[in-house]
Amino acid sequence: MHSYLFDGSMEGLLSAVFEWFERKPGKVTLKNQQHHQPDAFEQSTIIISDEQNATRVWKGLKKRLEKGWIRRITCAYLAEKPETHAHLFELICYLFQHPAGAENNYGNEHVLEVAQMAKKVEREKHRMEAFIRFQHAADGIFYCGIDPDFNVLPLISNHFKNRYQDQQWIIYDLNRHYGLFYNLKTLEQITMKLEEEQNLSKTKKEVLSEKENLYALLWKDYFKSTNIPARKNTRLHIQHVPKRYWKYLTEKQAD
Amino acid sequence: MSERIREKLNILADAAKYDVSCSSSGGTRKNNNKGLGDSHASGICHTYTEDGRCVSLLKILLTNHCIFDCAYCVSRKSNDIERAAFTVDEVVQLTMNFYRRNFIEGLFLSSGIFKNADFTMERLLRVVKKLRLEERFNGYIHLKTIPGASDELIREAGMYADRMSINLEMPTESGLKLLAPDKSHQEVIQPLGMVQNQIMQFKEEKKLIKSVPKFVPAGQSTQMVIGATPETDQQIMQTADTFYKNFSLKRVYYSGYIPISNDNRLPMLGSQPPLIRENRLYQTDWLMRFYGFHVNELLNDANPHLDIDIDPKLSWALRNLQYFPIDINVANYKMILRIPGIGVSSAKKIVQARKFGKLRIDQLQKIGVAYNRAKHFIKCADTPYQLKDYQSTQIKSFILAESQSKYLKNDTNQLILF
Repeated sequence: MHSYLFDGSMEGLLSAVFEWFERKPGKVTLKNQQHHQPDAFEQSTIIISDEQNATRVWKGLKKRLEKGWIRRITCAYLAEKPETHAHLFELICYLFQHPAGAENNYGNEHVLEVAQMAKKVEREKHRMEAFIRFQHAADGIFYCGIDPDFNVLPLISNHFKNRYQDQQWIIYDLNRHYGLFYNLKTLEQITMKLEEEQNLSKTKKEVLSEKENLYALLWKDYFKSTNIPARKNTRLHIQHVPKRYWKYLTEKQAD
Repeated sequence: MSERIREKLNILADAAKYDVSCSSSGGTRKNNNKGLGDSHASGICHTYTEDGRCVSLLKILLTNHCIFDCAYCVSRKSNDIERAAFTVDEVVQLTMNFYRRNFIEGLFLSSGIFKNADFTMERLLRVVKKLRLEERFNGYIHLKTIPGASDELIREAGMYADRMSINLEMPTESGLKLLAPDKSHQEVIQPLGMVQNQIMQFKEEKKLIKSVPKFVPAGQSTQMVIGATPETDQQIMQTADTFYKNFSLKRVYYSGYIPISNDNRLPMLGSQPPLIRENRLYQTDWLMRFYGFHVNELLNDANPHLDIDIDPKLSWALRNLQYFPIDINVANYKMILRIPGIGVSSAKKIVQARKFGKLRIDQLQKIGVAYNRAKHFIKCADTPYQLKDYQSTQIKSFILAESQSKYLKNDTNQLILF
């Protein structure tokens, strides 16, 4: 058993690929240094992230793969799951060892795992685009705090930047403790103090703008009137709007 | 002020909910004027109602006053309900403020006919113009074409809307005449054709001159009410097929009739809406559009109705067992698409993956094939050898025994002796 220990960054992952091709040590599993528990029979190598090597691997991938696959690899990385990172490592090694087009081999375990995880991340990204509900604060900024299953902020930033160009907004990831702030010109990454974060998660009446409650009320009304009771189908409803997202949704809050 | 707007929204959203279309896909508007909104090519459903339908657009009527008396419609003249009308400004403010909070993808604006068609269409036009020109709104707008409105008004509206639609209401002319004597299919066909011609014309011009403005970029759609009149599924789908072909419609929607009046021409109040039938019609629609089925293969004089207990693809396969089993390692893509239990994305993956070696059962399962259903119709690298040929009724009972239909609670299968 031989394992590579990397620091959890994309750079580290790509450096591990470089390292593998330099030495060709045979079967290797990629593990995250932070979660690593050494055991007696294991040989492990610590991978030092190297920007140059990582860039070379990334460029090579870009040459071999279509845009869609580059996106899939990015998405799968953002899932932040140790097993997915291990699959990604083996997938990239596999791709470089085979002629172009090997990424279409859905019979291969790593290809399928990465493709399926990328799909899950894309789904979460799409859900965030759908379920984020801004609240207009008295200081004129539209706020929203989220805690997505995967680290999707980098994936949704462009969508919101293109869409809301004439208003200031903040989307904050409460789990990963960072957020995006659009100041009418550029998009910035921000981090808040713990107290500020807590304020974000429980919305107080006094920090909201005057009209905010009216529009929340109108939206709840609309949500109720557009429902057809004769067709009630709770199972389908929950399938589309899983309960863990209800905390974001204005229409699901009690009056 | 706020009480009145709440009341209006309740009345006019309630009246608009029977229009099923809520898609926001196909829009191509980009936010390049520092305004609000940017289309998402695949559309976004921002929430779902408790009946499981997507809410993507703010779907409202401008007014529910109407000069027509169509038996199937809640807003009919003779119905004793509360009436209300939005001002142009109210609709614009609602749309902008909902959009700013990421509640919606855009606006679906329809209206009852007050005074006459032109007067109504002109009001609708004023709303979309104000949104686009004054508020710099680039979100999605779905606008109803009012039948009988002048060509100029419809053409101008098309410059600002992303999608336009007119409802056929009843699948056949005779059905429509029965319930809405003032209306005819011809009234729908004329403006549908007009908008379609304009779309084609703008596309042609766009090839030559890049700066040609957009005209209804997300195309047109229509809707039929199912189960109010006694049409067969065959008649419904043939009408749909004709409209898909003649007007390159993006979608035909099927809306199961929900009893709303005591009229004796219609199903009784309190009777169940035909939800399973509606579901089967949508499945047929998908098979026609994405799976390469011709409408006559699924519905013909011998089978004018869709099976309720099994889906139309399975029922086609059971009627045509001569094509099966299909060897998924050699068959062409079109045939793989026709196997029950294999959808478009699995079929594509199979065709790509088999270049690297013969596919086995476990690989198929991982790819996402519903193997328990598909196994009766396919051969792959390690399919067990089977001596006995099963009949279609037997295969059907195997599949029904394994699947848990959400519709059929108690099995009504007849005992099969042979």
